[in-house]
Amino acid sequence: MSVFKMSKTLLKNIFHGPYTVPYPVKKKETYERTRGKIGISIDDCIFCGMCERRCPTGAIQTDKAKTSWSIERLKCIQCGYCSEVCPKKCLTMENQYTAPSYGNVRDEYVKCTNIQSPGES
Amino acid sequence: MGNRTIVPFGPQHPVLPEPIHLDLVLEDETVVEAIPRIGYIHRGLEKLVEKRDYQQYCYVAERICGICSFMHGMGYCMSIERIMDVEVPERGEFLRTIWAELSRLHSHLLWLGLLADAFGFESLFMQSWKLREQVLDIFEETTGGRVIFSVCDIGGVRKDISSETLMKIRTVLTEMEKELKETTSVFINDTTVKLRTKGVGVLTKQMAFDLGAVGPMARASGIEMDMRTQGYSAYGKLDFKPITNDGGDCYARTRVRIKEMFQSIDLIRQCIDKIPGGDINVKVKGTPNGEQFIRLEQPRGEVVYYTKANGTKFLDRVRVRTPTFANLPALLETLKNCSLADVPILILTIDPCISCTER
Repeated sequence: MSVFKMSKTLLKNIFHGPYTVPYPVKKKETYERTRGKIGISIDDCIFCGMCERRCPTGAIQTDKAKTSWSIERLKCIQCGYCSEVCPKKCLTMENQYTAPSYGNVRDEYVKCTNIQSPGES
Repeated sequence: MGNRTIVPFGPQHPVLPEPIHLDLVLEDETVVEAIPRIGYIHRGLEKLVEKRDYQQYCYVAERICGICSFMHGMGYCMSIERIMDVEVPERGEFLRTIWAELSRLHSHLLWLGLLADAFGFESLFMQSWKLREQVLDIFEETTGGRVIFSVCDIGGVRKDISSETLMKIRTVLTEMEKELKETTSVFINDTTVKLRTKGVGVLTKQMAFDLGAVGPMARASGIEMDMRTQGYSAYGKLDFKPITNDGGDCYARTRVRIKEMFQSIDLIRQCIDKIPGGDINVKVKGTPNGEQFIRLEQPRGEVVYYTKANGTKFLDRVRVRTPTFANLPALLETLKNCSLADVPILILTIDPCISCTER
């Protein structure tokens, strides 16, 4: 009878268990290409400002005088355009996403000190 | 004549994933007229083209819609390529076709799930979305994003798919096809599903033609209209025929979309067999000057991209005519004389994408 068309699938599902990833116990694996967030190796940066000009959302700011590179994490759309145009290839797309946060967090990286100092903008 | 009442439907409604408002004029339980109101999620993305240069706009075009994102990017890139006379390498065209067909597959699976949800078949909804998840995993592995790919570029594509991954996609799709057959047979054969969809919202061939319906909505009314037959991208080298059905009701539209999913799987297989080696993109230099009109087949139907460039890096105008916008008049016509309980299913059968429509 065509009313019980779903029964086979349902029985299979009962014995299979959940198809979803049991999150806190097991974390979802990322792939090599997963676009999580933009990372920078600040020592290689020459502060040319190419990434700042190309960014479609204007999330990146560079300052040659202060040798600082900063990114507004919530503005970034993870398109990867900046890492593509970077002449020194110091920008990379990391697999892990940005941690959840309140408000607009601007992560700033300064070359001379090598210390990352995230602060509210 | 019974008493007339007006029932507001949406913008927030359990069956609607996106906001559209309809004023339903009811006579008892029957809809006499439906008055739509859109404009809840207008983002001004067309205007943004004056502020972002033509290469940056690739990323903006992709974000017009979350489901047919790749094909929006592809439509925009194709229009710029035609203005600038850029020839995309063959491998790039095949890769675009693979991603476009995978997008169609995931969009139709999403729609099937939503339809099942609309008539209250929760387990069928989860089953459809379970299958969709496998397609999203392929997207993440090949492009890095599950919904927004950012791989389509003017002059080709940004990322290549290795032959091992292509073989893996083939295996995943073969496995998925079996499960898909089981799941879709419920939509086609189950008595309760048939009771909700058969004979509901009939759109005749003439009506579909007069109202300018596009995509699966037109094809389910017997109009053989598929923009892929133009042979853009790699479609000219693939063997396929548009799927049509003469029913014109919700059941026919479901059947057309189900057959299209199997067609998409077949097209991806053909692409994997025929894909040539070589470059995936060409470097584009200079700025566009001229105008272009492009038509593509999205999961929801025909999309029109009109682009006008003026020789600088900022474009004058980008105009997108989306399939949902073209299908709205047909929806309003089918809503007449249907019962109030059928309204959610009818709205879903046009596969509405309001983000696209309002941009």
